[in-house]
Amino acid sequence: MELAHSTSAHHHHTEHDHDHDHEELSFIQKWIFSEDHKVIAKQYLFMGILWAIFGGGMSLLFRLQLGFPNAKLDWLQPLLGDWIKEGKLDPEFYLALVTMHGTIMVFFVLTAGLSGTFSNFLIPLQIGARDMASGFLNMLSFWFFALSSAIMMVSIFIETGPASGGWVIYPPLSALPQAVGGSGLGMTMWLTSMAFFIVSSLLGGINYITTIINLRTKGMSFFRMPLTMWAFFITAIIGLLSFPVLFAAALLLIFDRSFGTSFFLADIYIGGEALQHTGGSPILFQHLFWFLGHPEVYIVLLPALGITSEIIATNSRKPIFGYKAMILSMLAIAFLSFIVWAHHMFVTGMNPFLGTIFMFLTLIIAVPSAVKAFNYITTLWRGNIIFTPAMLFSIGLVSFFISGGLTGIILGNSAADIQLHDTYFVVAHFHLVMGSASFFGMVAGVYHWFPKMFGRMLDETLGYIHFWISFVGIYMVFFPLHYIGIAGFPRRYYSFTGFDFTKSFTDLNTFVSIAAIITFAAQFIFVFNFIYSIFKGRRAPSNPWKSNTLEWTTPINPEHGNWPGEIPTVYRWAYDYSKPGASEDFIPQNIPYSETKESNFENEVDPIESKH
Amino acid sequence: MTGMLISLAVVLVLAILLLIFRIQTLVKVMKGDYQDTVKPSNGYHALGLVIFMVIGFALFFWYSSVASHHYLPKAVSEHGVKTDLMFWVTMSILCFAFIVTNIFLFAFAYKYQYKKDNKALFYPDNHKLEIVWTVIPAIVMAILVFYGWKEWSEITKEAPKDAVVVEIMGKQFAWQVRYPGKDNSFGAYHFTKIDASNEFGLDFSDKSSYDDFIPSELYIPKGKPVLLRIRARDVLHSVFAPHFRLKMDAVPGMPTKFWFTPTKTTAQIREELGNPDFNYEIACTEVCGRGHFAMRFVIKVVEEAEYEEWYKTQKTFVEMNQEYVLSKATSDELKKLVMPQPNNEPPTLLIKSDSIMNISQVDSLTKKI
Ligand code: HEM
Ligand SMILES: [Cu+2]
Ligand SMILES: [Cu+2]
Repeated sequence: MELAHSTSAHHHHTEHDHDHDHEELSFIQKWIFSEDHKVIAKQYLFMGILWAIFGGGMSLLFRLQLGFPNAKLDWLQPLLGDWIKEGKLDPEFYLALVTMHGTIMVFFVLTAGLSGTFSNFLIPLQIGARDMASGFLNMLSFWFFALSSAIMMVSIFIETGPASGGWVIYPPLSALPQAVGGSGLGMTMWLTSMAFFIVSSLLGGINYITTIINLRTKGMSFFRMPLTMWAFFITAIIGLLSFPVLFAAALLLIFDRSFGTSFFLADIYIGGEALQHTGGSPILFQHLFWFLGHPEVYIVLLPALGITSEIIATNSRKPIFGYKAMILSMLAIAFLSFIVWAHHMFVTGMNPFLGTIFMFLTLIIAVPSAVKAFNYITTLWRGNIIFTPAMLFSIGLVSFFISGGLTGIILGNSAADIQLHDTYFVVAHFHLVMGSASFFGMVAGVYHWFPKMFGRMLDETLGYIHFWISFVGIYMVFFPLHYIGIAGFPRRYYSFTGFDFTKSFTDLNTFVSIAAIITFAAQFIFVFNFIYSIFKGRRAPSNPWKSNTLEWTTPINPEHGNWPGEIPTVYRWAYDYSKPGASEDFIPQNIPYSETKESNFENEVDPIESKH
Repeated sequence: MTGMLISLAVVLVLAILLLIFRIQTLVKVMKGDYQDTVKPSNGYHALGLVIFMVIGFALFFWYSSVASHHYLPKAVSEHGVKTDLMFWVTMSILCFAFIVTNIFLFAFAYKYQYKKDNKALFYPDNHKLEIVWTVIPAIVMAILVFYGWKEWSEITKEAPKDAVVVEIMGKQFAWQVRYPGKDNSFGAYHFTKIDASNEFGLDFSDKSSYDDFIPSELYIPKGKPVLLRIRARDVLHSVFAPHFRLKMDAVPGMPTKFWFTPTKTTAQIREELGNPDFNYEIACTEVCGRGHFAMRFVIKVVEEAEYEEWYKTQKTFVEMNQEYVLSKATSDELKKLVMPQPNNEPPTLLIKSDSIMNISQVDSLTKKI
């Protein structure tokens, strides 16, 4: 591509930059095998939304089962075929649904859909680059994701059903087709799909990292980058370090499944025969899985926090409070996220001393998380807050982050976790802090950057309706699950009629299910708004939120290459909102200090050689 | 037919909504393009957040109190009482933080909503404040870690020597328990010895297995430490006894353990709750396949004397499966134990429940034969 010349750091020559506008690309090059980061971002976004509808829809099926255990589900037969027997959902299919729901939501929606969309879209635009370091790898990254998606999708429709051992696919269950139908072909496809997914994540991640390191425009030092950039940068590094470990685990599992090795299997008698495996350890798999698994929750969450930082600062018309503290706490979270994994394993039979260590490390991670929450709240303090839909979703995110994060403190306490582990308390915890918070971050990002993506505005009224139903709805769905969890209701249960201690709370479960249906239905308001506005939304002004970051200095519909002329130079950080003395309440990053004499603090002067 | 009508109605409603939406957009367009002034509705959302918070907290307090008897099953183990206390102490701290931070969040959102002539305060940082709110959570966390660590080490330390030891084994989809029998020593097992009759894979070349017994409920004495030796034979399972605040995974190839001291007999708790049908239960909390949700096992806690009595009257596995044991017996000793009688009657065991011998007695006996 033409972009080769622009891949050196600090380039700001103009000679070639007009080439992009004149190049005619075929439809396929432009929209399908595109190397333009903006197009790739949209591809990720569309795919993410499709998966969200699919994965969310699955949660409704099992919520139906949990909320209305006696309902006849014959009417679902046309959709689900043999998975409905005599009006009842098949218990194995229930597990398959839970597994697919978890996998889809965590990996396809909130990793690919979130990081893939916004890292791709925003990194070049906000650091001032023409594109990613390698447009080609970037394109590959998306198509590996597409391949991975296709395989996972097909697996849902095969005869023996998709993988059904939970999204954590613990062996031996996931290794033995005798143990559950989904561990046959379904699991093979799950593993294949995830292998491609990991390739996709790595290609994407490498690109995000190199782009941020090498392609920042003149003046865009690390400590002038918006927090979104920091968040994506750190997320990519976490992914790069942790996904290969999942890859290794998956590979060893494939060996155990297909080639008779015994990495994770030992002393098993199943289906009337003793297997030949000896000496393996199922616990080893859990260590490997959670070595990715825990960082993964931050891979899901940090981009959402980055997006929120940007939106809250912009709409409070204030600098983000404690910019450096925000970066430090993200770095601390990233580092700690690698050494807390075994808090998922307190009661696996792991050495109790390890439990002590991991409890200690886990509770440390609460500190930088708390700092982030306080900083958001202080950013609101004495702001001049404009409640755009994006802002409301961001505030919602902060609320979820707090409400869900706090319960992590109790789950991280190994002694308390004995009772709560694998109950609905955990489901409540991670749906708030990871699921809902990240989901809100993603949606907030779409509301905020839609004008830049499509040159049009989303309808605000629909946005507000979407927010209020979702915000109230999500609390109605997930808050009650805490009570059910404290009562000891185990997760991944098809039915709660079998035990005396799970006989209560039937009304609450019905209530939750109704709330879930309403919340899910409300998402279609968004889907409608999204599609409608792409074509018919009102035209966007060039900087609708009066934001400081560089993406708003591009044309309303930027071409491949982003800026028609020179890439702007950056003179200041991204948060000069409501600076004392300034006439406007924002000063974009590309405005030199020489033009803002009235508001400059001491020692805010342009570098000598800034003009050329 | 009704399906048709319903879908028709849905389509109609959607069409009407779409129309309203379109008109509303056109009206907005007529009123002027996207305006950069902030709309009056801005204040509604600010107010909405506060109202949401107030109603939310009200619901939270109301439900927490009316439902308390549902989500607070009493702990009936010694460590459970302590971890419950810890849970509620921690929970109070968390609820406090939950309420205070959410109040700040929503109250600030309301108080500092956009006003035309206001200008936000340029306030990029305050190191003193940041240090304070880093240090305070750090101290609270340190206290909680210390508290948790103390309880955790207490729970996970070695079981007392005099603990009653029971083995619990998970399989798809049931639990089974095994007691060591009179000799207080479990017979060896091996997974290759498992079959439809010998679910535990008992190894009859180990004499300790002769008196092991496998009852259909988990009997334990009140007030004595009980050590569960936990294992699984096919996939992962997890022993969860909610009333005892007990949970530990059952792992094929890697035995695990958990010990606890029950504090109330089944009879006592039945009386306390006024529920004559109440039972302590074990459930499985590690997904294990189709029947994961139905791995119920009942725990009976009884007074120690009753336990001793019960223990004595249990029939051993060997006794209940004589033919099977004979078919598997390779050692002469065992064969002799389950030999058919001279008059061709089915084999009778030397070890009878009413006259249990200990292994040394059996040993000397078999040696004599
Ligand atoms: C419509 C919204 C959603 C509803 C009603 C919902 C509901 C549920 C429920 C009830 C379960 C537990 C099922 C069981 O254990 O039997 C579950 C599991 C799960 N959900 Fe969601 N969920 C929603 C959205 C999300 C989102 C946005 C995420 C993203 C992180 C997510 C991630 C997961 C995961 C990872 C599991 C665990 C799967 C497993 O046990 O293997 N969910 N969901
Ligand atoms: Cu974790
Ligand atoms: Cu199970």
